[in-house]
Amino acid sequence: MAAHDAPYIFLALIAPFLAAAIAPLLTRALGHWAALPLALVPAGIFAFFCRALPDVQGGQALTGGYLWVPSFNVSYSWLIDGLSLPFVLLISGICALILLYSGGYLKGHPQQGRFFSFILMFMGSMLGVVVSDSFLMLFIYWELTSITSFLLIGFDHSREASRRAAIQALVVTGGGGLALLGGLLLVWNITGVSTISLLIEYAPALKASPYYFAALLLILGGAFTKSAQFPFHFWLPNAMEAPTPVSAYLHSATMVKAGVFLLMRLQPALGDTPAWETILPVFGGVTLLAGTVIGLRQTDLKLMLAYTTVASLGLLVMMTGFGTPHALESAALYLIAHALFKGTLFMVAGAIDHEAGTRDITRLGGLWRAMPLTFAAAMLAALSMGGLPPFLGFLAKEEVYEALVGTNPRALAFTLAAVIGNGLMFALAFAVALKPFVGPQRDLPGPHHGAASVAPPSALPGISHSRGENGKAHGHHIHEAPPLMLTGPVVLALAGLAAGIFSQAFHATFSSPMTSAIAHEAREITISAVPHLSLPFALSLVTIALGVVVYFLLDRAREAAAASLEAIGWGPDQGFDQAMRGLIKGAHVITRKIQTGRLETYIMVVFIVIAATLLLPMAIFAEWPSLPVWPAEAGIHELVIFAIAVIGLFAVVRAADRLTAIVSLGIQGFAVALIYMLYGAPDLAFTQFMVETLSVVILALVMTRLDLQPSDHRHGREMVKDALIALACGAGFTLLLLRAVQVPFNTSLTEFFSQWSKIVAHGSNVVNVIIVDFRGTDTLGEIAVVTITGLVILALIRIRVGGDVKPADNDPERSA
Amino acid sequence: MAASSIPLEALEKSMVLAPVPAEHWLVIAPPVWCMLVGAILIMVRKRMGLQSWLSIPALGGLVLIDAALLAVVIREGPITMVMGRWLPPFGIAFTVDLTGALFNLACGIAALAGGIAALGDIDRTRRTYGFFPFLFLMVGGVSGAFLTGDIFNLYVWFEVLLISSFGLLILGSEREQLDGATKYAILNLIGTTLFLIAVGILYAVFGTLNMADIAAKAPTLGHDAPMMTLSLVFIAAFMMKAAAFPVNFWLPASYHTPRIVVAGLFAGLLTKVGVYALIRVMVMMFPEEGNAYSIVIGVVAVLTMLTGSLGAIAQSDIRRMLGYMVITGIGIILSGVALGAQTAISGALFYSLHSMIVMLALYLMAGIAGRMGGSFSLHELSGLYAKSPLFAALTLALFFSVSGLPPFSGFWPKAMLVKAAFDFGAWWQGAAILVSGLLTTIAATRAFALGWWRMPASGAVVPARMTAAELIPLAGLTLLSVGVGIYPEPLLALAQTAASGLLEPVAYLHSVFPSGVPTP
Repeated sequence: MAAHDAPYIFLALIAPFLAAAIAPLLTRALGHWAALPLALVPAGIFAFFCRALPDVQGGQALTGGYLWVPSFNVSYSWLIDGLSLPFVLLISGICALILLYSGGYLKGHPQQGRFFSFILMFMGSMLGVVVSDSFLMLFIYWELTSITSFLLIGFDHSREASRRAAIQALVVTGGGGLALLGGLLLVWNITGVSTISLLIEYAPALKASPYYFAALLLILGGAFTKSAQFPFHFWLPNAMEAPTPVSAYLHSATMVKAGVFLLMRLQPALGDTPAWETILPVFGGVTLLAGTVIGLRQTDLKLMLAYTTVASLGLLVMMTGFGTPHALESAALYLIAHALFKGTLFMVAGAIDHEAGTRDITRLGGLWRAMPLTFAAAMLAALSMGGLPPFLGFLAKEEVYEALVGTNPRALAFTLAAVIGNGLMFALAFAVALKPFVGPQRDLPGPHHGAASVAPPSALPGISHSRGENGKAHGHHIHEAPPLMLTGPVVLALAGLAAGIFSQAFHATFSSPMTSAIAHEAREITISAVPHLSLPFALSLVTIALGVVVYFLLDRAREAAAASLEAIGWGPDQGFDQAMRGLIKGAHVITRKIQTGRLETYIMVVFIVIAATLLLPMAIFAEWPSLPVWPAEAGIHELVIFAIAVIGLFAVVRAADRLTAIVSLGIQGFAVALIYMLYGAPDLAFTQFMVETLSVVILALVMTRLDLQPSDHRHGREMVKDALIALACGAGFTLLLLRAVQVPFNTSLTEFFSQWSKIVAHGSNVVNVIIVDFRGTDTLGEIAVVTITGLVILALIRIRVGGDVKPADNDPERSA
Repeated sequence: MAASSIPLEALEKSMVLAPVPAEHWLVIAPPVWCMLVGAILIMVRKRMGLQSWLSIPALGGLVLIDAALLAVVIREGPITMVMGRWLPPFGIAFTVDLTGALFNLACGIAALAGGIAALGDIDRTRRTYGFFPFLFLMVGGVSGAFLTGDIFNLYVWFEVLLISSFGLLILGSEREQLDGATKYAILNLIGTTLFLIAVGILYAVFGTLNMADIAAKAPTLGHDAPMMTLSLVFIAAFMMKAAAFPVNFWLPASYHTPRIVVAGLFAGLLTKVGVYALIRVMVMMFPEEGNAYSIVIGVVAVLTMLTGSLGAIAQSDIRRMLGYMVITGIGIILSGVALGAQTAISGALFYSLHSMIVMLALYLMAGIAGRMGGSFSLHELSGLYAKSPLFAALTLALFFSVSGLPPFSGFWPKAMLVKAAFDFGAWWQGAAILVSGLLTTIAATRAFALGWWRMPASGAVVPARMTAAELIPLAGLTLLSVGVGIYPEPLLALAQTAASGLLEPVAYLHSVFPSGVPTP
C-alpha cells in the first residue's frame, strides 16, 4: 500500500456506515438473505487491508489522513501498524461471519434490517477506534462504539432487563469515555501533541509531568470501563441481554478489547512506570480471578462465557501492565486467540439456544448426534481456550507463564493467579463446549425460529427458561444449525487451529509485528506449538490438571462459588442500581429544595443576590463613595419635599392595609416628581405625575376586584428578614449611585444635543428632539412595547379557558 | 428638506454624510423586517388564512436576510449603520460583528423552524389573539439585541422581547400558564430593571451609551469609577436573563406551561440573549473586570451546570426535563465566559449556537412525543420507538447532541471548553462539564428507555406518523446538528474569529469610528 491509497483507506473506513444506511432497504427486499450481500462489505474491507500485511510485516506503519477540523487541530488521520492491522482484520473478518450468522439467527425477525444496520455501524466505529491516530478521532469513534452497543443491547427493547442493561452499559462505558476524553485532553495539554504517533516521542516529558498520574487515571478510567475490569465488570454480563451475535461480536471479540487496545497503544507513551506496572496487573489479576469464580456459578451458557470474557480481559490487562519482556508478547497472542475461540463459543451457544431452545447447562445434554458440526467447532475452540497444543491458545498460555515466572513475591503471586484463572477457564471452556453435547439426550424445548429467538428471557442468571410455554411440543427434532450459522464458528475455530500449527508464519505476519508495535521496538516471537520441557510447560500441566478436576466437580464447584458469592451478598451490579436510585433521589431532593414553587422565596433569593452584588464588591474593592457633603443652602421647600418622600415611605411600611400602602406609595412618587421639577426637568416631572396617578388609580381599582386579604400578615421574624434585605438593596443602590455621581461627568453628549438640536434637528425642546430624533429608534422600540402590551391585555381578557380562571390566584402548590 | 438652511459645517460636525452602502442596510433589516411584518399581521389579525400565508414566507425571508448579513460581515468585518445619521457616539449605532451576525442567523433559523411547527401546534384562538405578531416582535427584539451597538438600545430590545415573550407565554390563559407567567414576568422584570439601573450608572460614569465608545474609554477610566460594582450589577442582571444559578427560578417555573413551540423558542432564544449581552459587556466592553470576576462566573457556571443536570434527572415530565437541560447548557456557556481566553470564548459561542438549534428541536420533539404518546409524563409515555422509528432516531440524535456525545454538534464546543479549562488550570470546570455531560446522558437515555423503548402495558402499538409541520422543522434542525457535528470546521473557525473580534475589538471600534475614537 502506498500514499495514493489514502482515498481508498478513507472509503474503507466509512463504507460500513454507508452499508448501514442501505441495510434496512436491502433486508426489506431480500429478507434474511440480505446477510450475504451485506457481508461482502466487511469481507471486502478485510481483503483490502490484507494488502497492507507485507508493509506492516516489515515494520512499517501506514499513516495518512485529511484535515478535518484544522481550527481545533484535529485531523482525520490513521495509523495502521502492527497493532492496529490485526485488529482491523479481526473486526472486519468476524463482522462478515457475524452478519451471516445473524442472517440465520434472526431469520424472520421484523427488525432484522435494523439489526444489520446497527452491527455495520458498530463495525465502522470499532474500525475507527483501532486506526485512529488523532486523539479526538479516537474518542469520537470510542463513544460511537458505546452508542451502537447501547442500541444493540437494547435491541429487544420491550423487555425491561434489556433496557436496564443498555443504559447501564452506556452509563458505565460512556462515563468512562468522558474520563478518557479528559485524559486525552490532559495529555494533549501536557505534551502539546494530539496524535498518538507523535505522542511517543514525548513519552519522557509526559511521564515526568506532575499531571502524569492524573492523566493515567483518567485514561485507565476509560480503558477499564470499556474492557470490563473489576469493579466495572458488571455491565458486560448484563449486556448478554443482547441477541447472541452481538455478544459474540461486540462483547467478546471486539468492543470490549478496545480498552486493552488503548492500553497497548499507549504502552510506549504511558507505560514502564511504577504506577502503570502496579495498577494494571493488580486490577487485571483481580478481574481474572473474580471473572472465573463468578463464571463458575452460572448455568446459562452465555453468562458462563461472559464471565470468562471478563476473566480473559483481566488477564490481558495484567499482561499488558506486567512489564517483563515476554508479557507484551503473551498479551498479543492471547488477544488474537481469545477473539477466535470466544467468538466461536458464543456462536455455538447461540446455535444451541436456537436449536435446543435453552441455554441452561443443567438441562442440556447429548446434542452431539444432532449437531455434530457445531460440536466439532465447539471442541476446537474449547481446546484452544483450555490452552492445549497445537492450538493458538496453547501458545498464548505458554507465553503468559514464560512472562510471569520468577522468584520474587510479585511474580509468584501473579503466576498463582494466572494458574488458577486459566485452570478455571479450562473447566468452563469444556463445560460450555462439551457438557451440552455429551451424556444422555435430554428432553428439550426444541427449536425456535423467527422472532421469538431474540428474546431468551433469562434476565436473571441461573434461572432457566423454557420455550414450552409457547405451546410448543417437547422433545421434537433437534437438528444442525443452518449453514449461515455454521460458517462463523467453523471458520473461527479452524483459524485458531491453523494459527497454532503454522505458528512461525503466524508470528511473522501477526504476533511479532503486533508486539513490536506495542513495545515500540522490534520483537520477534518464536514460540511454537510443539511442547517442550520447561517451567511454563509444567505450569500448563498443572493448569490442565486443575481444569479437569474442576470440570468433573463442576456442580460442586458451582455450589461453592454460589455459596461464597452469596456470603458476600453485595456486588457492583447492585451498587450500580443503588447509585442510580441514590442519584435520582438526591436529584429530587436538591431540585425540590431549590425550586420550591413559592414566588416569595424566589423574589427573596433574587434580592439577596442583588444586595450581595452591590455591597460585596464595594467592600472588597473599596468602591465606597465618599460621604456626601450636606448642601449649605438647602432651601426649606426642598427639605419639606424630601421629608414628604420619606414620610411616604414610612407610611407604606407601617400601613395597616394594602389600599393605604398603595396610596402612601403615591405620596412618595409625587415627592419624587416635585424633586424633578426643582431640578429643571418639567417633562420628567409631568410624566412622573401621570404615572403615579394612574398607578394609584389602577392599583386601587384592581384591589377592589381581587380576592386578597386586606392586609399583609407577616411574622415578626419574617418582617425583620425582609426589612434587612430591603435595606441592604436600597443602601447598595444608593451607595453605588453616590459613587457614580462623584465621578466627573462627561458632558459631551449633553453638549452635542443642545448644540445641534435647534440647528440641525429643528427642535428647540432638546428632550423632545432626543426622544423623536437623536434616539428615535429607542422610542420606536418603546412604541412597540406599548402596542404589544395592549395586545397581551386583550388576549388575557378575551381568552377564557374553563371560565373559572382567576389570574391573580398564584397557587404555589400547583407548580414546580 | 430644509437641508439648505443648515450650514454644511454644522452637518459635517453632527452627522455621517457619506452615503450608506446598500448592503449595510442589512444591519437593521432583521428587526425592521420583523416589526414591519408584525405590524402588518396585527392589521390583518382577523384574517386567519393570511396569518400563516404571510408568516412562513416572511420568516424564510428573515433567514435569507440574516444569512446575507452574515455573508457581508464575513467578507467585510464588523459594519456599522447609524440611526438618523447622527454621528456616533451621539445617535444610536447598529454595529454587527461576527458574534452578532452568527447569533442573529441562528435566531432566524430557529424562528423559521418554530413558525413552521406553529402551523400544527397553535390553534385558531391563539392565532386570533396574536401568536404570529408576538412571534415576529419577539424575534425582532432578539435580533435587535444581537445587532445593536448601543447599550441603552440593547435595553429597549430586551423590553420588546420580554413583553412579546410574555404575550406568547399567556396565550391560552390556562391556569398553570398564568401561574408560570406571573413568576416569569415578575422575576424577569426585576432582572431587566437591574439592567436598566446598571445602564443608568454606566451613563453617569462614561457619559456615553455607544458600546464601542465605552469599550474604548474603559481602559482610560480612572479609579474613581465604581467599575467592579457596576460590572457585577451587569453580570447579575444578565445572569438572571440567562437563567444562571441561583437566579433561574423563573425558567423551571414557566417553560413547561405554554404551547410547546413557544417553550422551544424561549429555550432556544431568550436565555441566549442574556448570554450574548453578558459576553458583549463583560468580554468586549469591560474585559479587565470580566477577568477579575472569572472565578465568580466560573463557580456560578459549575453550580448552574450541576443543578441543571440534576434537575433534569429529577423530572418525570419531559418538558420540565428539557427546561433543566437549557440551564445545564447555560452553565457550560458561562464556563467559557469565565475562562475568558479566545479558545474558551469561541467554545462558548459555538455552544450557544448549538444550544439555540438543539434546544428548540428538543422541545419540538417533546411536543410530538406528547401528541403521539398522549402524555408528557415519563410514567405514562411509552412505545414511541415502535410507533415511529424515524421519530425515535431523531430523538436519540438530539438526546446525544444535548449530552455532548460525538458525532453531534454538542460535542465540539464541550471538547474545546474542557481543553481550555485544562489549559488555564481550571480543571474543576473541565471536570464539571464532563460530569454534567454524564448526568445529562443518564437523564436522556432514561427518558428514551421509558418513553420510547418501553412498550405500553396493553402491548398494542398503533404506528404513528409525524405531520409535515412536525417533521420538517424537527428533521431540519436535527440534520443541522448532525451536519455541524460531522463537519464542524466552518462554524468552529467562524466562532474563533468571532471570539478574537470580541477580545480585540479593533475592527469593531473602527467600524463605528472610522477616523478614530473621539477623545473627550
